[in-house]
Amino acid sequence: MKRVGLYVAALGFMAFAGFPFYWMFITAFKQNRDLYVGAFDTHHVPWIFNDPPTFEHVRLLFGQTDFLRWVANTLLVIVAVVIITVVLAVPAGYSLARLAGRWGGRLGMGIFFTYLIPPTLLFIPFSRVVALLGLQNSLGALILVYPTITVPFCTWLVMGFVRSVPWDIEEQAMIDGYSRLAVILRIAPRLILPGILTVVVFTFTLVMQEFVYALTFISSVDRMTVSLGVPIALVRGDVYHWGSLMAAALFTSIPLAVLYNLFIDRFIQGFTMGAVKG
Amino acid sequence: MKFADREDLLGAAMLGPALAYVVLLVGVPFVLAIMLSFSSATAGSLTLTWAGFRNYSTILADPIFLRSLRNTAIVTIGSQVLVIVLATAAAQVFRAAFHGKRTARFVLLLPWAVPVSLAAIAWTWIFDSTFSVINWTLRVTGLLHGWLYWLGEPGLALFAIIIVQAWRIFPFATVIVLAGLSSIPQDVVEASIVDGAGFWRRLFKVELPLLLPVIAVAVLFGVVYTATDLGVVYILTGGGPANTTHVLPTLAFQRGVLGADLGQGAAIAVFLVPFLIVVAVLMLRVARRAEIGAGGKAR
Repeated sequence: MKRVGLYVAALGFMAFAGFPFYWMFITAFKQNRDLYVGAFDTHHVPWIFNDPPTFEHVRLLFGQTDFLRWVANTLLVIVAVVIITVVLAVPAGYSLARLAGRWGGRLGMGIFFTYLIPPTLLFIPFSRVVALLGLQNSLGALILVYPTITVPFCTWLVMGFVRSVPWDIEEQAMIDGYSRLAVILRIAPRLILPGILTVVVFTFTLVMQEFVYALTFISSVDRMTVSLGVPIALVRGDVYHWGSLMAAALFTSIPLAVLYNLFIDRFIQGFTMGAVKG
Repeated sequence: MKFADREDLLGAAMLGPALAYVVLLVGVPFVLAIMLSFSSATAGSLTLTWAGFRNYSTILADPIFLRSLRNTAIVTIGSQVLVIVLATAAAQVFRAAFHGKRTARFVLLLPWAVPVSLAAIAWTWIFDSTFSVINWTLRVTGLLHGWLYWLGEPGLALFAIIIVQAWRIFPFATVIVLAGLSSIPQDVVEASIVDGAGFWRRLFKVELPLLLPVIAVAVLFGVVYTATDLGVVYILTGGGPANTTHVLPTLAFQRGVLGADLGQGAAIAVFLVPFLIVVAVLMLRVARRAEIGAGGKAR
């Protein structure tokens, strides 16, 4: 009896969480005459395919919209922001954990708190800075600004990760005659590789999800990212192409969800700030 | 001592670039946002003319702004109350072992992984005035006789926004609470079972008090994510109908970016700062308590 309750509850949560994705799926593959039937017609069941499924919307999405262009733009921004974030955050996190002494923890907390300053507070001054630098309507603006979201959190993640790596291996290397710098350059990267990988994945997901700065800085359709272009530009005149829209949302969400599942425990360690001891 | 062995110099050299970036691109714009709110700056010109409290007196006399302030509070509190209930319940389910748990966890995490704007556009379609599957289902099950214009009526639209925000945050909160549950010392729970505590008693008297810091962390992040979010409201309602569902970020965007009145936009956004300060102070307290707890354990 208790087991039944458990399964019912689990299914309930799955239904609530997953329902919009089921709706993306069924919308993406329905024929228009099956899709656009008013909800007041109670004889037409919208939850199932009443007509055979179609790839028409997917073909439209890939063939006649800028979707692939947006994917390419997004990937370009991701690569640049990942490089900047790794270069800035990984040494900083290591430094806070191993070199900064007793100030490390406090400084790390200070950097982490800047993560709480949201894009919706900074987009107005940034619109001015971006105009001053001549970066309006360019992906360069996103590459400049996105690390403000990724660097603070990733520095914090790396700091936590380095602290969890035992010091003995690095210590032994120094006893063996390595300088401190040589330890940092040759021994440490191998030890903290999983932490670096987490930074890459976290940055990837944050850039995919960002909407506010993209909306503020990018106005040409051919320079948009996926998260901006799909909801803003996949509209012809006043007509929403719901089939293609939902196909785009589905194809973007699934790879992200897979990544989240693989790295969830690492992210959570960052968020709980030591309130959870693993 | 050589540079290669000076920990202080190496430490500064490795921390410097990140620190400089954060100061230049978070610290300076933050100060600039406050300064802009006291200026009559517009998007076209590059001058900063001191305007005193004029932007603030303008928006404080503006019913649309006052409404957006109220909406931000309603949406944030409403969604986070839902998140606490849903996440605590979901964590109780997902701590148990059952068949298909990996699939269930994958589905549970979907709302957190999907980009906000794509989730919002999917919900816009779900709440469509003509094709809403919710209306169809409610009518077929006999719960609805008239018609619900989800995004067309201020009250319903606000309710829809709360649902979407709760939907998008609760998976994150669930995972955090789960992490907290797994770190509760097993002997404490077992002792309470031996002492004859049932499920509810154990939940409310033993587990929830121990989980409080973790739930606090989840809620504090939830508050930040909801209060400062632009995407959900911007896409679902655009602040409409008739500017009744604006929240601070969407109104700041409308006035500051679309309307090119940077000063007023900045002043509206600055009202987010009190939310953030409260959150930051509470987080510090949680972190300090955790530190003391960890220190006590080590000794």
